[in-house]
Amino acid sequence: MRTWKFGDNIDTDAIIPGRFLIINDPKELAKHAFEGTRTEFAGEVKEGDVVVAGKNFGCGSSREHAPMALLGGGVHIVMAQSFARIFFRNAVNVGVLPVVCHDTGRISDGAKIKIDLKKGYAEVDNQKLAIESVPPFMQNIIDAGGLVNYAKSLKEVPVCTKSRR
Amino acid sequence: MGSTIVEKIFSRKCGSDIRAGEVVMTPLDGAMIHDITGPLAIQKFHEMGGEQVFDPKRIIMLFDHQIPADSLEAAKNHVFMRSFAKEQEIHNYDINEGVCHQVVLEKGLAAPGEIVVGADSHTCMYGAVGAFATGIGSTDMGFALKFGALYFKVPETIRAKVSGKFPKRVGAKDLILAIAADIGADGATYKAIEFSGKTVTKMDMAGRMTCCNMAIEMGAKAGIVPPDKITWDYMKGRRKMEPFNLESDEDAVFAENRVYDVSDLEPQVAVPHNVDQGVPVSKVEGIHIDQVFIGSCTNGRYEDLAEASKVLGKKRFDPHTRVLIIPASREEYLKALEKGLIERFVKAGALVEAPCCGPCMGGSFGLLAPGEVCLSTSNRNFKGRQGSTEASVYLSSAATAAASAIKGEITDPREV
Repeated sequence: MRTWKFGDNIDTDAIIPGRFLIINDPKELAKHAFEGTRTEFAGEVKEGDVVVAGKNFGCGSSREHAPMALLGGGVHIVMAQSFARIFFRNAVNVGVLPVVCHDTGRISDGAKIKIDLKKGYAEVDNQKLAIESVPPFMQNIIDAGGLVNYAKSLKEVPVCTKSRR
Repeated sequence: MGSTIVEKIFSRKCGSDIRAGEVVMTPLDGAMIHDITGPLAIQKFHEMGGEQVFDPKRIIMLFDHQIPADSLEAAKNHVFMRSFAKEQEIHNYDINEGVCHQVVLEKGLAAPGEIVVGADSHTCMYGAVGAFATGIGSTDMGFALKFGALYFKVPETIRAKVSGKFPKRVGAKDLILAIAADIGADGATYKAIEFSGKTVTKMDMAGRMTCCNMAIEMGAKAGIVPPDKITWDYMKGRRKMEPFNLESDEDAVFAENRVYDVSDLEPQVAVPHNVDQGVPVSKVEGIHIDQVFIGSCTNGRYEDLAEASKVLGKKRFDPHTRVLIIPASREEYLKALEKGLIERFVKAGALVEAPCCGPCMGGSFGLLAPGEVCLSTSNRNFKGRQGSTEASVYLSSAATAAASAIKGEITDPREV
């Protein structure tokens, strides 16, 4: 399990270019992940690898194909200093965990990484870095394995009720 | 403590006091899907066990990104969506009406105080009529189609108060590029941006749409202009409803208050490869361009085409520059046609295409080769957005785009 290090403001066009949005299969999408911006990614990414980025990861388009392309390549966790709003929701919904870590600047590309979600840290480059927990209302969706499974368990939705933040 | 306009919209909808930061399962007034994100949303709807959509009348379906079908896969996606529309009795505007966001507003499918979602990030444009509207992904949309409701974290609001009179050839696009440069690509993440102040209250609907459209480029969940006489006049004939008051209270709590004065604003150009890289046009004048695109949900309205036409006058476009002009909708196309703008553009050397997203998303036609440069009135200049990752996209107003198309290089529209 290695890290794939990216910078700030990685947009969804970079993650999966618009011309591939006619594809709806994660494995097929994964073949084109970061095409043109990080050419070796699609061929070399392995199950369990972690994408690590700076701030505003996943900005731009609402395309769910972006987290799907990562998932198709075996990426289940993205760590960034901050996430764009739609990407954050989409990632949770399709089963990719967006983890906020303010110290991603201290992580090198290709480093071995171990993440302990329960204890809230990542072990990488001989250091322990704190990671934030996901808001409780989204944790329910994560625990269900994504929004599809969560929705299946609902007969109706509790309209206008407030959830814990 | 007073409420922001966004808090008021959520509170009205649920009949209780709702505040920024709260997470609420909120009923939806509308949900929009198009040919790119729609097929996946429908697939997710089915995977969730969905059989019937919550209300076919509240679902807006149309195709705009890859029309007429530009590949076999696109054609199959269209067929898939058409059959869903038929089975669910959803009205499908199909390939006939134009870019989704423009069509939603034109048809009165979003209105003041409503909560509307769209499976497209620029859904925030409906804030131009005082709706709370936001872009969502396909799985969220599958959920919305099934239940007619969605979780929202009610956002805090940044108020952008704008004053001053726009100088000649400077307008809403220049303003929003300047605001994006000021706030930054993630400066409004998880927040709403309220556009207010005298410049906004005098701004036409086209300008308000441009501003709200680009709220997402600062990470915002929504952009919104409090509805006023201009809004209600726009709604006339589009939606039967009585005007009502909807604005932030004097003592509402804002995340930030930002003040802008447009009196001395120069035409702005966002340089590659981020939208918040806006600079005055004088800094980039003379840069050679291969293609100009005037269109998109951001700036493909009649007002934009009219401005481009004024700049063009009786001149011709540079013969070595490809000039693509794509009205945002059938309605806008017709207005331009009736006023003779289309003929003028064609005679000047432009390629005028039928209403659609065009090269904006880089998935259909009008793509850029490595090394090519495009000046575009659309909303994004990300690397690879309009074709090759080795191409460059600059963003500007229609006036600047037209002036630049005449010279074949980035040009100040005030000097043409």
